[in-house]
Amino acid sequence: MSLEENTAVHLHKDDKASKLGMWLFLLTELTLFGGLFLMYAVYRFTHQAEFHIAAKSLNTFIGTLNTSILLTSSLTMALSITAIRKGNKNLSLSFQGITIFFGLLFLLNKYFEWSHEINIGNFPGSESLLSKSQGEILFYGLYYVMTGLHALHVIIGMIVIAVMMRFTMKNIINRNDNFKLEAAGLYWHLVDIIWIFLFPLFYLIS
Amino acid sequence: MEDKEEQSLNNHSYSAYIITWLALITLTAITVAVAGIDFGNAIIVIALIIASIKTYLVLTIFMHLKLENNTLKVFIIIAIFFLIVTFALLFSDYSNY
Repeated sequence: MSLEENTAVHLHKDDKASKLGMWLFLLTELTLFGGLFLMYAVYRFTHQAEFHIAAKSLNTFIGTLNTSILLTSSLTMALSITAIRKGNKNLSLSFQGITIFFGLLFLLNKYFEWSHEINIGNFPGSESLLSKSQGEILFYGLYYVMTGLHALHVIIGMIVIAVMMRFTMKNIINRNDNFKLEAAGLYWHLVDIIWIFLFPLFYLIS
Repeated sequence: MEDKEEQSLNNHSYSAYIITWLALITLTAITVAVAGIDFGNAIIVIALIIASIKTYLVLTIFMHLKLENNTLKVFIIIAIFFLIVTFALLFSDYSNY
């Protein structure tokens, strides 16, 4: 009995510490992307007109579509946590699955977008890009680094959610103990927040 | 603790999330619509204000910050504050560029 009690107390404390740890990790992500946003701010300030020209070739429709996809995936992630807290395991699993599906859709759009840019020669080091102005070269450098790093986060997020689905199936994540799923959700929402800023800064400035 | 969890479940019902999502989608539509109008340099300010409102909604509702204890809130506010300070200092440098 006493062991069980101890375990319960321990788990409870663990959750709070884990939450703080997860948030600390998210704040380090803020410094990672924050540095890139600082760089973007400086180059945009010093090359304003050229950034506007460079952004013209980006597809606003795909950008808007991807924003909606990511926002909706954040919704399904949040819903999956509510579902598991209400004890609805299968519903939670479906929501987690839908979240991964939206992540895939996002990456698929990204793939079409990048292929289009590469086809028309807008990739770092290409001759046609190098012949353009300094500002345009910087814009595409930042575009690939920032959306690429973001896409990498989407991929990691999808893998994490897949692991959470496995945990949910095995009842390791359940009605009473679901912090793992919540932490995965926090990560996914952070990825969403980063995109909320990337979207207007790259797609809506032409 | 029990109370707070109960409260968290009520505040974060399915419908609360769906309303938040609708607000986020609406704000996205507004940013895109506004971007088509020529406001000159004000456009970046408008875009960033809308992005900040969206971020606030995601942080407080999707990420449950509204229901967290004050320690965690202070953590996050300080981090965001210093990020803003960094940007302010950067632009104080570049305003004479």
